Amino acid sequence: MHLDHSHDGPSAVSADAHRPDGSRRALRIGLGGPVGSGKTATVAALCRALRDELSLAVVTNDIYTREDAEFLLREAVLPPERITAVETGACPHTAIRDDISANLEAVEDLEDEVGPLDLILVESGGDNLTATFSKGLVDAQIFVIDVAGGDDIPRKGGPGVTTADLLVVNKTDLAPYVGSDLARMAADAKAQRAELPVVFQSLRSEPGVRDVADWVRAQLAAWTA
Amino acid sequence: MSRAALLVLADGRFPAGGHAHSGGAEQAVKAGRITGAASLEDFCRGRLHTTGLVAASLAAAAALGVDAVALDEAADARTPSPALRVAARKLGRQLMRAARATWPSAELDDLARRFPKGAHQPVVLGVAARAAGLGAVDAAHCAAYESVSGPASATVRLLSLDPFEATAVLARLAPESDRVADRAVEAARRVVDGGIDELPAGSAPLLEIGAEVHAAWAVRLFAS
Repeated sequence: MHLDHSHDGPSAVSADAHRPDGSRRALRIGLGGPVGSGKTATVAALCRALRDELSLAVVTNDIYTREDAEFLLREAVLPPERITAVETGACPHTAIRDDISANLEAVEDLEDEVGPLDLILVESGGDNLTATFSKGLVDAQIFVIDVAGGDDIPRKGGPGVTTADLLVVNKTDLAPYVGSDLARMAADAKAQRAELPVVFQSLRSEPGVRDVADWVRAQLAAWTA
Repeated sequence: MSRAALLVLADGRFPAGGHAHSGGAEQAVKAGRITGAASLEDFCRGRLHTTGLVAASLAAAAALGVDAVALDEAADARTPSPALRVAARKLGRQLMRAARATWPSAELDDLARRFPKGAHQPVVLGVAARAAGLGAVDAAHCAAYESVSGPASATVRLLSLDPFEATAVLARLAPESDRVADRAVEAARRVVDGGIDELPAGSAPLLEIGAEVHAAWAVRLFAS
């Protein structure tokens, strides 16, 4: 799945696994999903869980503000030089799939300026159920939905739900209040995704982001193996 | 020369970052200078004959093999707004990446080595055209057309303008865009013999001022 060739030129072009100096670049994991599903909160929780064991950085793709980047800065989950915001011109899915050049620049600049890095999280702007990351930009992707967005989303499927390397069903603590059937969501997700993993999480209670953080650690172990 | 290669380079879907920029349209919409198809056409016409002509001349000169460093300095001299210089170099860097992946060439690699953070976009466009086997005329047409197609598609999103009307604006401007490209190629040919100062220096002060205003906004849809 990884393009493991190197270019002779002065800088990497796209998904090259090595940096111009020959060192292995950071693992890049994308987080996508609908508006308000908890992508930024998950990124913040991952930073807190992983920052003491890994060198990491975050790229946010805000649709029309720097709110997501500023949330992460305000929460002080990482030093400010490790968080970069990309402007997406009213089309968040374009910037992560069809024209990834601005995001590639952001990840490469982070490696140049605060590297060496083990992991870069690329958070998409809130979008629709068809938004997926290009393989030229990320090595693996997480799709974040929440129980309050309707428990029929796993059944409806779509590229994000069906093909993401990890599906996160967030805000499980809200399920009783919005009438969402978690067992049904789990069965529908299983039907859509076969063997691909699904995590149900609530960031408001223990164990919080633990399962997702463990999945990220496993991805990183595979990347550096 | 391949016509199809020109279509690839000029395609609005060519993945070189243009979708995130409005060419000043976002600020002009907010300021009330673009309110519909007619004012979009006025805005684009002004842009075409000023920054469009300069961009087309830079692209044509680069396509003729004029030194990229000298052209990049000339572009700086013709771009007073720091925000626009940043945007032009960002877009240049993004185009460099896309062009190197699309038409691998030693000249593009050399340009990337000399400008790791990007040269002005029209300069990169001219070198990319060479790498694609295209000529100065093609590069000039691309730059001239881009100078109006970007604001037109941005205005469709900003004003919910009827996309057919926006496209008709581009079609009406096509003959003028052709003439601008011709003038740009003539200027670029003069640069080969007469030096860099033969480049036109048409400027649109309101675009420069607007870009500075826009860069200071906290909330915006487009990067420039």
